Amino acid sequence: MYWLFNSSIGRKFIMSISGIFLVLFLLFHLSMNLTLLFSTDAYDLICEFLGANWYAIVGTLVLAGGVIIHIGYGTWLTLLNKKARGAERYASSNKTKTEWAAKNMWVLGFIIFLGLVIHFWNFWFNMQFAELIHSPNAVTQGSELVIALFSQPLFVVIYLVWLVALWFHLTHGVWSAFQTLGWNGKLWFSRLQVIANIVATVVMIGFAAVPLFFLITK
Amino acid sequence: MEKIINITLKVWRQKGPKVKGDFETHRLEGISGDTSFLEMLDILNEQLIHEGKEPIVFDNDCREGICGMCSLYINGHPHGPDDLITTCQLHMRHFNDGDTITVEPWRSAAFPIVRDLMVDRYAFDKIIQAGGYTSVNTGGVPDANAIPIPKVDADEAMDSASCIGCGACVAACKNGSAMLFVSAKVSQLALLPQGRIEAKARVKAMIAKMDELGFGNCTNTRACELECPKGVSISNIARLNREFLTAKFND
Repeated sequence: MYWLFNSSIGRKFIMSISGIFLVLFLLFHLSMNLTLLFSTDAYDLICEFLGANWYAIVGTLVLAGGVIIHIGYGTWLTLLNKKARGAERYASSNKTKTEWAAKNMWVLGFIIFLGLVIHFWNFWFNMQFAELIHSPNAVTQGSELVIALFSQPLFVVIYLVWLVALWFHLTHGVWSAFQTLGWNGKLWFSRLQVIANIVATVVMIGFAAVPLFFLITK
Repeated sequence: MEKIINITLKVWRQKGPKVKGDFETHRLEGISGDTSFLEMLDILNEQLIHEGKEPIVFDNDCREGICGMCSLYINGHPHGPDDLITTCQLHMRHFNDGDTITVEPWRSAAFPIVRDLMVDRYAFDKIIQAGGYTSVNTGGVPDANAIPIPKVDADEAMDSASCIGCGACVAACKNGSAMLFVSAKVSQLALLPQGRIEAKARVKAMIAKMDELGFGNCTNTRACELECPKGVSISNIARLNREFLTAKFND
């Protein structure tokens, strides 16, 4: 299996699989968030279920592994590609009409990472982490935290910017993951691009719905 | 009506692979729109020779778009602003009077500059060599259509085989990746039964050589297929990924 780490397609395979895993997690996370629009009690029940229980901790560790692999490989491959491109740049720049997102995946990924840091500080740090270190300030009623945060317009804006970056990242990332796995042809190319746009849009609108809902109603 | 234009050329000059290069500016007057881009460079070189200067070095051969020898990165595009043609098929009618045209060599770590606009594309030959042979039964002439091949596959194999190995894909790619070239060369054989026998060994050897030569990793930006003078599709890259992954997982 050494080829996975020392061949270009092997490394891309790792990017693709970890990316698909993270997209599936996003959809799982989204389904939980949406309960907030209907019932804060249901949401709090989920929060309790995913607190400092062993299965939630195992899940968190697996997820952290996926995030670290995806960011680590993304950065490493970007550096390798910069080297392969050579030291000299084109003076007449590059005027090929490519997708903007496709050429800025690392930058978009970095914005998503920054958003992730804020998100962890807002929620995970006060919930699962606080529970783990047996802090007396640990919050178990997740809904209170969400409503308090999103009644502040500044945080709503930060989260929306984060989601727009995620949208761009996914419009390229989703079809690109399938292309890397070899699932593409002349017919499937446009289908996969449509699927990517749908997934990206569902994720963006779904996640944006919660902060906007509480900003408007509170 | 014939179009006559005056242009300014910004051309990359570099004495050798290790020497620092720079742009040189030249004026050309009264260029006919029917002149091809390479003929325009011939005119410029003649002018330079008359002035007692060194002519500009650039690759060219068949001048009808089939040999893959000409290159040149013109105004932000490999093979210039027109689509689906090589530089030798580009005509000056695509430019306007008073234009400044920037001409650069392919830039990629795996394609070092030899001199001026000429780059060393031997890396492509090394990848082809790594691909090895195809087994062919010699002896009597086989009957036509003895091996049934679906029309769709035959067409797609021919489309892949239209790659002339010019390197525009590498020149256009922000990652300096040669995946479109390698995928076309792998596909033209992988799609046909004659090429299936060594398919697994071939794809592994060609990818190993491609990585060894320092080409980058494809990130599916599609710049290659948009600039390819032969319109080779990135569906070939998906096929290459598929061939490589199945070959490796079957090991």
